[in-house]
Amino acid sequence: MNTDARKETSSPSSIRLVLTLAIAGLISGIAIIGIYESTLPTITANKARELREAVFKVLPGVTQMQALVYRDRELVVVAQPDKDEPVVYGGYDAQGDFVGYAMPAAGPGFQDTIAILYGYKPAQKIVVGMEVLESRETPGLGDKIYKDMDFVGGFSELSVEPEIVAVKKGTKSLPNEIDAITGATISAKAVVRIINEAHTAWDGQLPAPGSEPPYVATEPADNGAGQ
Amino acid sequence: MKKNESYEEFIKGLWRDNPVFVQVLGMCPMLAVTNSAINAVAMGGATFFVLVGSSFLVSSFRNLIPKQVRISCFIIIIATFVTIADYSLLALVPTVHKELGAFIPLIVANCLILGRQEAFASRYPTRLAVLDALGMASGFMLALFSLGAVREILGDGALFGIKLFGDNFEPWVIMILPPGGFLTLGVILLFFNWFKHKKDEFLEDVAAAERGGN
Repeated sequence: MNTDARKETSSPSSIRLVLTLAIAGLISGIAIIGIYESTLPTITANKARELREAVFKVLPGVTQMQALVYRDRELVVVAQPDKDEPVVYGGYDAQGDFVGYAMPAAGPGFQDTIAILYGYKPAQKIVVGMEVLESRETPGLGDKIYKDMDFVGGFSELSVEPEIVAVKKGTKSLPNEIDAITGATISAKAVVRIINEAHTAWDGQLPAPGSEPPYVATEPADNGAGQ
Repeated sequence: MKKNESYEEFIKGLWRDNPVFVQVLGMCPMLAVTNSAINAVAMGGATFFVLVGSSFLVSSFRNLIPKQVRISCFIIIIATFVTIADYSLLALVPTVHKELGAFIPLIVANCLILGRQEAFASRYPTRLAVLDALGMASGFMLALFSLGAVREILGDGALFGIKLFGDNFEPWVIMILPPGGFLTLGVILLFFNWFKHKKDEFLEDVAAAERGGN
């Protein structure tokens, strides 16, 4: 139809080619920075809200939280954990009394890394809740690790001593056993393994029950208290 | 006449030149994200946005882009739209973004989009290019949805997460695993080719009958 006459004529100079690409790159760069800057606040807020909701979900009765990291052989309160620094969240009730830890943990699942958050009460050594934060498990199968409420609900009063064991659905008899999911055994076992591994890693670093860091009272901020 | 022509540019992507079933393009997202209807529709929507936006820009600037660097320019334009789609989905519907994961950035590599820029948008006026992109993108979305719906219904007994058959339904698990994508696509392609074959036969019969009649 509209044939481009220019294409048949002499080839354009190199400068024109370079300029065209440079301008295209510049405009594209500006557009990408624009969209990044304009969506960043929403994305950060979404993530902080998701984390907050997840902490409150895995630790029933908790209304306040703060981030805790292991530095110099003790667990200290930080406002903003360093990037890539292992962090746990301390959950406190309305009076500021310690309830339990919300522990982020991740490990390989059936398809890709599964990231979870689990609630842990050190005094009784039990897991009281589990929430999947990130997973690409097969829809309809592996995604039952967060869609099957029988499985998710199984993480309450679950003893971590000596370690959690996933057993065939309906055969749970000991406090450290949890019913796996029919048709999603690998994903269910992956979740259990992730918790066991995280527990082993953190066990020596958590202070003795009763001497957890107190809640640093400020207005509830998304990432715990300030200085 | 003009109106018919635009209509034709739009409608060809839906059926006659359907990007998936006839041109067999964009197979990677086609097989990877169609394990549920909602994922398929979200992927279709993102591709729709990228294809229409890119076609519009490529066609608008088609006289300014030297042909030696056209592919690079197309890719820059496409990548920009993909990034916009990526961040918008992440900000507005984080749950959907989570499901689609790595496949959103991979829209850049969807040969359907680059193919349309090279074959159509860079040669035709903006209005026709946009209509072509709308048609192709709708055709792609339709194809993704039909695959996603079939796989979700057979593999999970549900559509858009709503259970259709009650508790006694035994899911045909392989349909939501990767082989299910190949099986479903194969069956649909078979149907398309059979249909085309039948149509050609029918047209030949008509032609023969007309010759005989004269």
